Amino acid sequence: MRGATHAKWAACAVAVALAATGCGGNGGGGGASGVVSSSWGDPPNPLEPANTNEVQGGKVLDMLFRGLKRYDPRTGEAKDALAERIDTTDSRNFTVTIKDGWTFSNGEKVTAKSFVDAWNYGAHLKNNQRNAYFFGYIEGYDKVHPEKGRPTAETLSGLRVKDARTFTVKLTQKFSTWPETLGYNAFAPLPRAFFDDHDAWLAKPVGNGPYTVASYAKGSQMSMRKWEQYPGPDKARNGGVDLQVFTDNNTAYTALTAGNLDLVDDVPASQLKNVRADLGDRYMNTPAGIIQTLSFPYYDKRWHADGMEKVRKGLSMAINRQQITDTIFQKTRTPARDWTSPVLKKEGGFDNTLCGEACEFDPAEAKRLVAEGGGIPGGTFKITYNADTGSHKEWVDAVCNSINNALDNDRACTGNPVGTFADYRNQIMNRKMTGPFRAGWQMDYPLIQNFLQPLYYENASSNDGKWASEEFDRLIDEANAESDAAKAVTKFQDAEKVVRDEMAAIPLWYQNGSAGYSDRISHVTLNPFSVPVYNEIKVN
Amino acid sequence: MGRYVIRRLLQIIPVFFGATLLIFLMVNVMGDPIAGLCGDRKCDPATAARLRAEFGLDKPVWQQYLTYMGNVFTGDFGTAFNGQKVTELMATAFPVTIRLTLVAIAFEIVIGISLGVVTGLRRGRPVDTGVLLVTLVVISVPTFVTGLLLQLLLGVKWGVIRPSVSSAATVDELLVPGLVLASVSLAYVTRLTRTSVAENSRADYVRTAVAKGLPRRRVISRHLLRNSLIPVVTFIGTDVGALMGGAIVTERIFNIHGVGYQLFQGILRQSSQTVVGFVTVLVLVFLLANLLVDLLYAVLDPRIRYA
Repeated sequence: MRGATHAKWAACAVAVALAATGCGGNGGGGGASGVVSSSWGDPPNPLEPANTNEVQGGKVLDMLFRGLKRYDPRTGEAKDALAERIDTTDSRNFTVTIKDGWTFSNGEKVTAKSFVDAWNYGAHLKNNQRNAYFFGYIEGYDKVHPEKGRPTAETLSGLRVKDARTFTVKLTQKFSTWPETLGYNAFAPLPRAFFDDHDAWLAKPVGNGPYTVASYAKGSQMSMRKWEQYPGPDKARNGGVDLQVFTDNNTAYTALTAGNLDLVDDVPASQLKNVRADLGDRYMNTPAGIIQTLSFPYYDKRWHADGMEKVRKGLSMAINRQQITDTIFQKTRTPARDWTSPVLKKEGGFDNTLCGEACEFDPAEAKRLVAEGGGIPGGTFKITYNADTGSHKEWVDAVCNSINNALDNDRACTGNPVGTFADYRNQIMNRKMTGPFRAGWQMDYPLIQNFLQPLYYENASSNDGKWASEEFDRLIDEANAESDAAKAVTKFQDAEKVVRDEMAAIPLWYQNGSAGYSDRISHVTLNPFSVPVYNEIKVN
Repeated sequence: MGRYVIRRLLQIIPVFFGATLLIFLMVNVMGDPIAGLCGDRKCDPATAARLRAEFGLDKPVWQQYLTYMGNVFTGDFGTAFNGQKVTELMATAFPVTIRLTLVAIAFEIVIGISLGVVTGLRRGRPVDTGVLLVTLVVISVPTFVTGLLLQLLLGVKWGVIRPSVSSAATVDELLVPGLVLASVSLAYVTRLTRTSVAENSRADYVRTAVAKGLPRRRVISRHLLRNSLIPVVTFIGTDVGALMGGAIVTERIFNIHGVGYQLFQGILRQSSQTVVGFVTVLVLVFLLANLLVDLLYAVLDPRIRYA
């Protein structure tokens, strides 16, 4: 039969096609009792403490690890976790003593060596850790992580293990608030398993936090379960957390409203209008340590010229922050009044009067200042932003609109979208900016230093506009050397005033963390890093 | 026939190289991806240089392409930026998308062809006009509207389905997404079948079959349908490739971690290894599906022969 032979050949071609695609499969987790299901995004970098620089990976590390310090979920204050005490006499040499009785979930004791090994790993160039520069204050960093060429040392010379529970740290400069930075994930201890069988560890990470990893299907789900033997005071109050990767935050929100998901920590902008009606008081909108600013390209002579600070101040006063945060962001952002964040509190250096009139909307004064400063360079400028994430287009257009109205010039300001975040960062690093550009800063630790030094110190890692001021740098150095916390904060604020007088960057708004949850769970809070405090969540 | 298949398989080779080269170049035009890995700050230059070397991005593009192709032939599709092997990503994504595509194709065949035959045989009757109107509506409404609407109605309002598909993505969970994905093609299949059946029902061989006194059922299934399906099979065959790669919208709406989602992620993160790897496989699927269509012609229409 001819038909049959033809069919046979067709079947052969099918077989080739199937062989080419290959098959696999994976099982999904169900909603076990006492387990919270939470939305998640696939972390872009491998899940290692010193390699995680964004919130999604940060969520996992926050459940899986406890470091020397932990930031209080409510106040943001750095409190001792594993550290019994951190002593110093000169703000430069520190002796760290670790509490007794802590172990990793695989039974291994957490010792001074667990920390020193982890930090050496994080700092070393060969390990490609994205957060290596966090160890940059420790002596010997330039040997293990040189700017150019090969490392000449294997370990940081500033770290010494004294005994099982003590180690010493020597910094390259005085840094009185250095112990407060130790709550950051990069400083977490690591078990031997991490070094002995790295691939196995990455497939199923082991830490010393209140949760253990039960299963991890990369790119789709991570199941964390309560670790019953956890020695710390902040034990998990639920049976575990299932972090589920969602392809889209709108889908996660829909799943929440349909009762298939317990917690969404990223309410999409398009749903902000409905969220009160959908969730009632199960919607949270609390300040987070994130500030959005507009930076300027100081490598461009036109923006660097004399009188430009007046133009920048004028532009700042031309932006109607209140209206934009109310309408576009539905009050999930607050108009900025300084260059830090409300989560620092007044004691920490937040000052909502610092910017003063320069951050108030005053179109007439704005127009006058811009004219006085010599006008906008070239008569027109573009605000550059990446269009792939967030709702940047909406607010950039609104800011431009506000500026154009204030200056009575329809063409003064336009948006300049860049397709992807990577391309956007590339253009910034290659100094391709010709006008103001979007800059967002999410704090690493709740210190005023973290809002100033990385952003405005000469050649600092996030000083994208290449702004430089000797006076600012001097004040920062003095503040870092100041051993009295309150005096240090005042010094930092003095430095911040230099930023204000020069209007180095226009502060736009403080960003809130937002989250919604189902009626199945309670006691949901967001910490100052806008990450849900998972261990406190109770399942009804 | 065997010769023909071998010749067609050989033709795949240059198309394969051309397609991968084009995609490789296109991803490269987007620029250096390393800058995006460090968040809102400058990657420290030493680490950035090492990452660039690790992913082979420090070499000229032609050399990157040659190395990449060399690796592909040993089964190594490279590594995504999060340290996962691209083959591992494929192993999780393709089964899901294949399942989704099969569900969609099943809908197209079962619903599309049946409606097509019914309307084709009853031209001008109310059922014909009704189906034509419905297909017109389906074609003109974008997929994301149908998707979001069905998700909201069935998932949230009536609670018939889960609005988001779990990571296991079983076939029953994929029914609604599959229907959404198939909807537009389904409408086309209906219309194609209708026209084809309507045209062929007046053909000589059908009249002959009827005159021979064959039962109506046999006339339709053996004589009429078999010939009428040729354009439909062509359409469905090319649709396989389009459905697999073009499911980005549906996959995002229903939280399906398939090929479309991985491609979307890869493009956002400018991970050339992910994008090129997935698209390469999609190109192969497309080519093989086309070959299959050509072979099926011969099965359907005995007059067509390949030598």
